Amino acid sequence: MPTPIFEVKNLDVRFSTPDGEVHAVKNANFRIDEGECLGVVGESGSGKSQLFLSTIGLLSGNGVATGSVLYRGREILGLSERKLNELRGSKITMIFQDPLTSLTPHLTVGAQLMETLRVHQRVPPDEAQRRVLEALELVRIPEAKQRMRQYPHELSGGMRQRVMIAMATVCGPDLLIADEPTTALDVTVQAQILDIMRDLKNELKTAIAIVSHDMGVIAGLADYVQVMRYGEIVETGSVDEIFYKPAHDYTKMLLDAMPRIDRPDRQGHAQLAPMPTGSKTLLDVRDLKVHFSVKASMFAKKKPLRAVDGVSFILREGETLGVVGESGCGKSTLARAVLKLLPKTEGAVVWCGHDLAPMTQEEIRKLRREFQIVFQDPLASLDPRMTIGQSIAEPLRTLKPELSRKEVRAEVSEMMARVGLEPGWINRYPHEFSGGQNQRAGIARAMIVRPRLVICDEAVSALDVSIQSQIVDLLVRLQAEFGMSLIFISHDLSIVRQVSHRVMVLYLGRVVELADRDAIYQNPRHPYTRALIGAVPVPDPKLERSKPRAKITTDLPSPLDTRAQLTFLKSKVIDDPDAVQYRPQLIEVAPGHLVAEHD
Amino acid sequence: MIATGTSAANAEAMMSAQNVQGRSLWVDARRRLFRNKAAVVSMIILALITLAAIFLPLIWPYGYEDIDYALVSCAPDWWPDPDVMCHSGGMHWFGSDSVGRDLFVRVLYGARVSLAVGLVATFVSLVIGVTYGATAGFLGGMIDNLMMRVVDILYSLPFIFFVIILMVIFEQSFILLFVAIGAVEWLTMARIVRGQTLSIKEKEFIEAARAGGVTQGGIIARHIVPNVVGPVIVYVTLTIPSVILSESFLSFLGLGVREPLTSWGVLIADGANQLETAPWMLIFPAFFMAVTLFCFNFIGDGLRDALDPKDR
Repeated sequence: MPTPIFEVKNLDVRFSTPDGEVHAVKNANFRIDEGECLGVVGESGSGKSQLFLSTIGLLSGNGVATGSVLYRGREILGLSERKLNELRGSKITMIFQDPLTSLTPHLTVGAQLMETLRVHQRVPPDEAQRRVLEALELVRIPEAKQRMRQYPHELSGGMRQRVMIAMATVCGPDLLIADEPTTALDVTVQAQILDIMRDLKNELKTAIAIVSHDMGVIAGLADYVQVMRYGEIVETGSVDEIFYKPAHDYTKMLLDAMPRIDRPDRQGHAQLAPMPTGSKTLLDVRDLKVHFSVKASMFAKKKPLRAVDGVSFILREGETLGVVGESGCGKSTLARAVLKLLPKTEGAVVWCGHDLAPMTQEEIRKLRREFQIVFQDPLASLDPRMTIGQSIAEPLRTLKPELSRKEVRAEVSEMMARVGLEPGWINRYPHEFSGGQNQRAGIARAMIVRPRLVICDEAVSALDVSIQSQIVDLLVRLQAEFGMSLIFISHDLSIVRQVSHRVMVLYLGRVVELADRDAIYQNPRHPYTRALIGAVPVPDPKLERSKPRAKITTDLPSPLDTRAQLTFLKSKVIDDPDAVQYRPQLIEVAPGHLVAEHD
Repeated sequence: MIATGTSAANAEAMMSAQNVQGRSLWVDARRRLFRNKAAVVSMIILALITLAAIFLPLIWPYGYEDIDYALVSCAPDWWPDPDVMCHSGGMHWFGSDSVGRDLFVRVLYGARVSLAVGLVATFVSLVIGVTYGATAGFLGGMIDNLMMRVVDILYSLPFIFFVIILMVIFEQSFILLFVAIGAVEWLTMARIVRGQTLSIKEKEFIEAARAGGVTQGGIIARHIVPNVVGPVIVYVTLTIPSVILSESFLSFLGLGVREPLTSWGVLIADGANQLETAPWMLIFPAFFMAVTLFCFNFIGDGLRDALDPKDR
């Protein structure tokens, strides 16, 4: 057997904290050979990031790593900072989750890349320039020459992550460690980044270690997989073994918890109740527009940012409408405008036949017991100075002031039990709970007034997969119990498929497709919907390998540019960023299946 | 995560007990504060100085105005340097000043004035600053812009110039001192509170409260104020020493309190004039002032660490 590029033996990582010692990584062993990709999966806090940070000496001050880390047979654990720096950034490189914080804001992209090259390989400037350009072209950055002169903040998230990969590969590394490289990115961009990494592995024979919580990402890229839990590697195997013949219960649980875009109604999960027939319309949103005016500089003319630009839909009682789209498509703005948390620019929101527009603040306030919202970040959406009991009781106290203290308490206890929180925890504070428990509290707060509509704004996006599936099951169960309608907003198309009766796809503030969930997933008509669905990684290695490569190769254009909304109808574009453009019409291609015009 | 694992186990263990009492952030902060040795020692020292300043002058044999011409600039009996003009004898622990008054009781009176100025002026700046800052931050938009430009303009006035003008227009008085210092210190407080309010206003739990039908007043009272209190407390403990310093600076220049009343600044100014012949006149007030300032700063640091452990 040849010497592996990277080998880790009996690695232990411990942190000393004020609350005692934390054993973050327990006895890790693995090897990575040339051109191979090792995937490490685990939920937050499993120690998967610390495992790799410790191998290249990037632990924080209170951490100690023991064991052995061999790079091409040479021990590198405990090497001096100077010796490590020779390796780091040239032979062993890392890319992180957040590409903005990993780039220096005051240097141009080109300068940063050249610096890496010059520090490690002392190449003359013109050769450095040439190689940087090559590296940028390798990660498929369009107009690479111009990009070199730009600063990190001028690039989009996807472009920045490409620059990070270019930086990590410019010195020709043997090992690329990618720590959640696509977690902060949209699905279509994620698919492109994963493509680039696959090319690196196959063409340049770079060994890759990818750390991710997403089984789908791992399935598409890794050759070998390790599953981590509480610092321990509980299972190791080839990608096919792990995905098709998982041995450890935890691996099975992880795979089971992953929502599958190709299998919406799986055994062992709460089943979506069939769409109630003949129920009446609860919410009717007509041509809703929310525009913000944005000034590029102090003296520039104000331009409207069309966050929501003419969205219409109806929601029936007991129905779940899934809203999907990438970041910046106006999903959250739509939710807030419907709930009257943000002022709308135009259009109408009609609630049970009553237009909300002419109502006074006081009338709206009274109506709030009918519609509630669950937020993305469970910790941020609870007041840290209040007990969760107080937080859950708040809507009840303001919207049903006639209830006595005792009655409020009884209702809170009951609701806590229903969402799976121990009623005895009523006096505890959010910081004493995990993310999943806090999200249950957030759901309890929304449900306590028995609303007829609950909007879930990315309500499960910040949670680990196992918790995610529990919360999704909880929502589906509560819907069956209380019969409320849901608007389920998410960037995760797999989860939306699992919980929604109908699905609406947004692109830059406009609806591009709206249909029943099976119609939209099995027969997507709009090219954007197709690209979105195609980009979702599926936790099935064989399927991932046979998948065609991503089609969209650019990022979302700026929403300030009016041409952007016609990306899929190029034939009607007027080539002026401020011009009033043609509005693509929604066409009913089948009963209940609306698709925006496209080329 | 191991920590979560154990806390989940704890939670299960506690499930049998009815209604677990949670640890609020305040309880947590208090625990962390009392673990901070420097802050605890500082609190004890400050308490001793305050108590001494309040009660000792009542029982002390000499008053702060009692002049004894026999004891002009006399060293305390225990003064190690034998070449002093005279020894004060009696209960003059810190010696006497240039007109023969007991320095110990004068240092205590100085503490009264300095601490009072520190507390009152800080309180004034707290009330004005919090109201102004929270209003500007919560209302936002044009009003916020206007209010903060006013603050900017006041900021640009030179402090000493401002005080001298006040002193010239009005009579030099004790109250004017509070007004002058308070009028300057609230500006920073207003900025801090406004910044905090702006950031808290954007938090999701405020939106959640609005979705839950809570009125604007309710949001300010129940959600914004309790969450602003932390940073404000920290800033208050750090403002007190800066106010004490400002007062001594003004007194040093002769713009502060008037004889025979005294403050640490006045005592230090007098002492500095006689540094060579009677060093005790500088050493004692300077020592007490330095200790007090250190204590406030340590407490402020301790509070900051306790209230926001992430910033450490």
